Amino acid sequence: MKTVKVGLGTCGISAGGEKVFRAFQDELKERPNSFVLQETGCIGMCYREVLVEVSNGSGEPYMYGEITPDRVGQMVEEDLIGGKIIEDWLVTGEGREVGFFENQTRIVLRNCGKIDPGSIEEYIERDGYKGLEKALKNMTPEDVIEQVEKSGLRGRGGGGFPTGMKWKFTRGAKGDKKYIICNADEGDPGAFMDRSVLESDPHSVLEGMAIAAYAIGSDESYIYCRAEYPKAIARLRQAIAQAKQKGFLGEKILGSDFNFTIKIKEGAGAFVCGEETALIHSIEGLRGMPRFRPPFPAISGLWEKPTNINNVETFANVPWIITNGGEAYAKYGTEDSKGTKVFAMAGKVKRTGLVEVPMGVTIKEVVFDICGGIIDDNELKAVQMGGPSGGCIPASMCDIPIDYQQINKTGAIMGSGGLIVMDSTTCMVDVARFFLTFTQEESCGKCTFCRIGTKRMLEILVRITMGEGTMADLDNLEELSGQIKNASLCGLGQTAPNPVLTTLKYFREEYVAHIEDKKCPAHECSALLTYTINDKCTGCVVCAKACPTEAITGEKKQLHTVHQDQCIKCGKCYTVCRFDAVEKV
Amino acid sequence: MADNNTQEFKPFNVDLWKYDGKKGALIPLLQSAQDTYGYVSEKAIDYISHVTGIASADIYGVVTFYAQFRTKPLGKNVIKICNGTACHVNGARPIYETIQDELDLTYEETSDDGLFSLLSVACIGCCSLAPVITINDETFGRLTPPKLRKVIRSFKRKAKELAKQESE
Ligand SMILES: Cc1cc2nc3c(=O)[nH]c(=O)nc-3n(C[C@H](O)[C@H](O)[C@H](O)COP(=O)(O)O)c2cc1C
Ligand code: FES
Repeated sequence: MKTVKVGLGTCGISAGGEKVFRAFQDELKERPNSFVLQETGCIGMCYREVLVEVSNGSGEPYMYGEITPDRVGQMVEEDLIGGKIIEDWLVTGEGREVGFFENQTRIVLRNCGKIDPGSIEEYIERDGYKGLEKALKNMTPEDVIEQVEKSGLRGRGGGGFPTGMKWKFTRGAKGDKKYIICNADEGDPGAFMDRSVLESDPHSVLEGMAIAAYAIGSDESYIYCRAEYPKAIARLRQAIAQAKQKGFLGEKILGSDFNFTIKIKEGAGAFVCGEETALIHSIEGLRGMPRFRPPFPAISGLWEKPTNINNVETFANVPWIITNGGEAYAKYGTEDSKGTKVFAMAGKVKRTGLVEVPMGVTIKEVVFDICGGIIDDNELKAVQMGGPSGGCIPASMCDIPIDYQQINKTGAIMGSGGLIVMDSTTCMVDVARFFLTFTQEESCGKCTFCRIGTKRMLEILVRITMGEGTMADLDNLEELSGQIKNASLCGLGQTAPNPVLTTLKYFREEYVAHIEDKKCPAHECSALLTYTINDKCTGCVVCAKACPTEAITGEKKQLHTVHQDQCIKCGKCYTVCRFDAVEKV
Repeated sequence: MADNNTQEFKPFNVDLWKYDGKKGALIPLLQSAQDTYGYVSEKAIDYISHVTGIASADIYGVVTFYAQFRTKPLGKNVIKICNGTACHVNGARPIYETIQDELDLTYEETSDDGLFSLLSVACIGCCSLAPVITINDETFGRLTPPKLRKVIRSFKRKAKELAKQESE
């Protein structure tokens, strides 16, 4: 009998995955026992959702993409019962999507899209909780820390601090009560790695946390998860209950003297709460404002007790490291950066989704070999890494290997793993404005330069995108950037100018084009465009009625025209047209 | 805790099991109030202050700090425009402009008839369908202004019909 797995991560659900799942359920009711139906998490190929994997017990499983509820009947009929593979719908196999999975190395994502995240048994079957068992039965806490140090693992939340060293500090800190916190706040607005891991393989994070707690000498922990991730929170709750029941959490774990509990705290929507001291304040029920460090949380954190904070992906690496040994992990990567990194691929790239690669592969390899290149085979212009704290790396530099040091040299940062691909249709000034809008809104307001400086920078950027900038504005941007970086307390302000600085450095001519020529080379800034009407126009007169300056004229049922001297470039005609007849050039 | 004053708040149905008397319970309490009523009312703040002993002003400070908490109720239909990076790069702005034009709403606003609210969210997790919006629990992806206009109009129609039925 064949087994069908429907990918029900958030990506799958938003593409209609639950409807597909229900359609399979209905089929099962009509034809009981004709196949086995299961759910799984994010398979990673978000660009082909809804994904359905079929396996028949022997042989390689294969995958169908873009499955809709009305395709389910045919699939059950022809394949699940008839035994005939429907070639047209396949996403994997010969000649299709070559390279997407082959060029990846999956450690963090080892179980994502493979197991049912609601089943602890399936996790255990794939060596789950073996790392914890090994740590508790055969290793001292010091041994555990030694392995993590040997692995070279660095924090995946953005800062890249060596994880083993952090654990050592917290272990060495004075105090009998110590806390572990898992940072699942994932604030970068273009990133979804942590969410996918939590949704698709929650136990790997719980196991990583338990191992860390044993190493550090902690018995209590929190997962701080953003409230916008309801599915992840539900799966975590379920996983914690299962782990308790099986004795992997709770008291006297696996017959040892080690006790450990995990609680979930839901965030309440503030980007700055991803910063560790702000996060601690938020758990304590206060406004999530960062404070000066030192003391670092390792010395004085939650309720002023020593606290070890790590990111979701950092924890998800830990069970693998303990099971396979630190050296096995350190085999992947470069001198400076060991292991693998997960990236959330988005933007103008053909294959969007989750990708895990060993450190040291180049950005181009990820964009072209794994993700199939740029939409419409356009040219790569730049990638953005590190979200609002990061920067844009121009295509000419995308041959550098993915490695903390190398990426820092470009002015961007590794960040938590959002990787946005841009082509000639992306305006770099607008990208800078986008991230500044975000940081300006999310600044908690404590530091003057962060609060007011980002606002001033944003005003300048808006001016430039409106065609009202001056060359002196560029110097002002640079000056403000320096001041904000120096005078801000936390990483939010210290890194907020990065998107502006990197685009100024590598794409200055685009800023100049906006200022001097009043042109947006990417045709994105609406104030700098010319609107025209093409022959798709049906003469419905909607645009003429909508135009606030009566710049559009034309008879009913006749082609309309825009009178450029009257046009104020508000873009209204473009958004009201129902026939794609208004063009921006 | 349970003195006579509690009577006054009797009809107020906040999930008190979330309150274990420990510090740090404030945000879960506010979340539960918002889950129940759709927003955090002044009354809810007073009640939580009464139960926890935290000053109302401090609670208000927390409520206004976090984007999740609202001090006004939302409309019947909640439209969320994704302003994540992928959606931005793939054209979230024309989407916003279209909605603004159809419904005369800006972010964080509710229409006067109480039928629509417009919110902005960061990445809702289907970047491959960008640009994306959600209306209530439904996701609409790969939108263009004309496509979106059709969607909004059908919601408008449905909302009007429903309102009519209710008034009859
Ligand atoms: C403004 C700001 C936002 C942050 N957001 C996150 C986040 O969403 N997730 C995360 O894991 N770390 C975030 N961090 C980094 C954390 O402060 C902290 O360094 C990290 O959780 C440590 O874990 P790691 O060593 O495993 O990376 C943020 C930092 C700053 C300054
Ligand atoms: S950025 Fe809109 S869904 Fe991800």
